Amino acid sequence: MTAPLSSPGTAGSHPPTPARRAGGRQGGGFRLIIVLLPLLFLSVFFAAPFLVVAAISLGDPMLARPPYTPLFGPDGFQGDLENYAFLLTDSLYLSAYLNAVKIAAVATLLALLIGYPMAYVIATSPEPRRAVLLMLVVLPFWTSFLLRVYALIGLMNTNGLINSVLSTLGVIDAPLVMRQTVFAVYVGTVYTYLPFMILPLYAALVRRDESLAEAAADLGAGAWTVFFTVTLPLSLPGVVAGSMLVFIPVIGEYVIPALLGGPDSLMIGQVLWNAFFSARDWPLAASVAVVMLGVVVLPLLFLRRVVEAR
Amino acid sequence: MRPVFWMLAFVGFVFLYAPIVVLVVYSFNASELVTVWGGFSLRWYGALFSDAQIGQAFRLSLLIAATSATLAVVLGTMTALALVRIGGFWGRPILAGMATAPLVMPEVITGLSLLLLFVAMERTVGWPAGRGIATVILAHSVFCLAYVAVVVQSRLLGLEESLEEAAADLGARPYEVMRDVTLPLIAPALAAGWLLAFTLSLDDVVVASFVSGPGASTLPMVIFSKVRLGVSPDVNALATLIIVAVALGLIGALILVRRQR
Repeated sequence: MTAPLSSPGTAGSHPPTPARRAGGRQGGGFRLIIVLLPLLFLSVFFAAPFLVVAAISLGDPMLARPPYTPLFGPDGFQGDLENYAFLLTDSLYLSAYLNAVKIAAVATLLALLIGYPMAYVIATSPEPRRAVLLMLVVLPFWTSFLLRVYALIGLMNTNGLINSVLSTLGVIDAPLVMRQTVFAVYVGTVYTYLPFMILPLYAALVRRDESLAEAAADLGAGAWTVFFTVTLPLSLPGVVAGSMLVFIPVIGEYVIPALLGGPDSLMIGQVLWNAFFSARDWPLAASVAVVMLGVVVLPLLFLRRVVEAR
Repeated sequence: MRPVFWMLAFVGFVFLYAPIVVLVVYSFNASELVTVWGGFSLRWYGALFSDAQIGQAFRLSLLIAATSATLAVVLGTMTALALVRIGGFWGRPILAGMATAPLVMPEVITGLSLLLLFVAMERTVGWPAGRGIATVILAHSVFCLAYVAVVVQSRLLGLEESLEEAAADLGARPYEVMRDVTLPLIAPALAAGWLLAFTLSLDDVVVASFVSGPGASTLPMVIFSKVRLGVSPDVNALATLIIVAVALGLIGALILVRRQR
């Protein structure tokens, strides 16, 4: 992601020798394959699908295989923006979009507040301990996402562990309703996406110039002043990268609200899933995806700029 | 300031691990009720191993994960080499963008768009005929490729180019430089990228649900449908086995990487 524009001829400390230039010419085919193969693969399986989605979103559902009207019928072009008009006028879809953006934003903020101290402690630890702490963050990331959500279900159920412990201790009389609420969705998203926040923060904090903070301290600044005026600003690229890595995928999250959420935490990812799997309205699901892509594209471009600027 | 941050970080680590610990402990629960401790027992592990559906889904998932991880390592390494070592070619920004976007693309979008592509392809070119293992492998390779590309790129950026230049100056052809110098140097990153891709594929439920066909339910798909019906102790047992396997693999990988340095 952070590749500088370096052609082999200019990157070295010495000018290319005749042998290298000859090698470069002979290796033209080899280079071409290395560039073209991934370019072709990603064009077909990552970029082209979006065109297909856009095309199908203009159609209507139809009882056939596949269950949608083709873009070009016997009378020529027959696509329309009906699905989009429906999305804009139906309050369910609009509120699901707003809900998704709101939940993603709050979850990102919570992950930042919880993740920052962790990243800071890891980055400022001496070596053997730092590696262990870093592994403790990475380990859950490698463990199944689905199973980690499942672990939360067992804790937050009405007859789950938290409720049974609290009622045994006499803290509560009636079980707390935690699952099937927005609260549970927040816990679930922060819990599963925390490593995505911590790792870029850690990278930014490790890379910063420690002497700046030392200079500020030498000049009499207190620990908190040093943190807020020197360390925190220096780690901003990590804050932005981590926030985008949480915010963007959470907008389309399906598994967490489906397993932990309730009616008041309906997110747009669930709406897309239901339109596709339950209502079998492929064109509508496609238009939901196109609008979601529109919501995601801006933060995505922002993320690229931050990453490239490093 | 440091004590405050340490305390907060400690709470954070507890938050990260408490649910996992509870999950593991309750996998050894003799009771059928998830919240009542009925003594130590391995009965759920027994139930797990005699569950034919889970066994079949597990083998299918391993096959898909291994194949898509291998495909992702080949294509992801090419992507990283193109972006870091070849540099300024036409279409570089496009390749860079397409190699980054899958990292954060919401899974429902990836899944739906790939499914619609497969359906459109089937209609126009007759392939893939129906959906199943092949379509899941292709779909997983797309997002795994992006992760491999990131891992290999950071390794390539950390390498001095002088060794490759020396080989080229001494007359090695580009593919010989690649085979004899570059690939051995980035081998740890390839292994790490493969493992990462393998894990991600083994974990995916959303994309697989879209692009899979009848009779090709992966392990996460089976778990998801079980979990939707409620908490069941045999899923705890399965989760514990996966966590232990991941922990052992990760510690092993760390030891390998440390030894190489």
